[in-house]
Amino acid sequence: MIEIPTVYLAVLAALFLSVLMAMIRVIKGPTAPDRIVGLDTINTIVIVGMVIFGFAVKSVIYIDVAIVYAFLSFISTLFIAKYLEGGEF
Amino acid sequence: MWFDYLIYVFLGVGVFFNLLAGVGLLRFPDVYTRLHAGTKCTTFGSIFIVGSVILLGLKMWIFDTNPAVNSPDVLAIHAAIALVAILLTNPTGAHALARAAHRSGVKPAQAIVDDLDKKTVKKKKTSKKGEK
Repeated sequence: MIEIPTVYLAVLAALFLSVLMAMIRVIKGPTAPDRIVGLDTINTIVIVGMVIFGFAVKSVIYIDVAIVYAFLSFISTLFIAKYLEGGEF
Repeated sequence: MWFDYLIYVFLGVGVFFNLLAGVGLLRFPDVYTRLHAGTKCTTFGSIFIVGSVILLGLKMWIFDTNPAVNSPDVLAIHAAIALVAILLTNPTGAHALARAAHRSGVKPAQAIVDDLDKKTVKKKKTSKKGEK
């Protein structure tokens, strides 16, 4: 059983609430850039949540995963922006 | 100890700004203002939350003789690298998204004059003529 201190559990719950609000924007966004903005916000909040979770369960591997996730989400955002712009790769 | 209260204040500020990012995404009228809320607030909030983790790791490394984490210095350094990754990638991605939204024809809400419009249209026309 994983034991997480109450403070970090509250922080993770608040971050999850923020992810839910961004997800509402992803679902009902009128245009395509709206949805991508919501996805970008969700990516950043998930990175922060990974760092907090890795500290709360006392293992460094989650923070390493968060670093790799940051760069992968950055590359995916750049490619989607290039696709919306209609440019050539 | 006052150091623990400092860490709690950092966590509170970070969580508050991340929640503001969600509220701003829901409430703002068009893409550019939503980008403003969704990127700036999360960058500022993640500075404070990851900063509190760095401070806790440094505190364990310096003061605690028998720390709860196996190697708190490694934890602090990796959290700092994650913070640098967020600080490098988040504004760059937001800039690319705003540029792509403007080029794909999304207008700002309630805008009367769009100063960037003529410049981008001119650029497109000249580049097409140059290609032909």
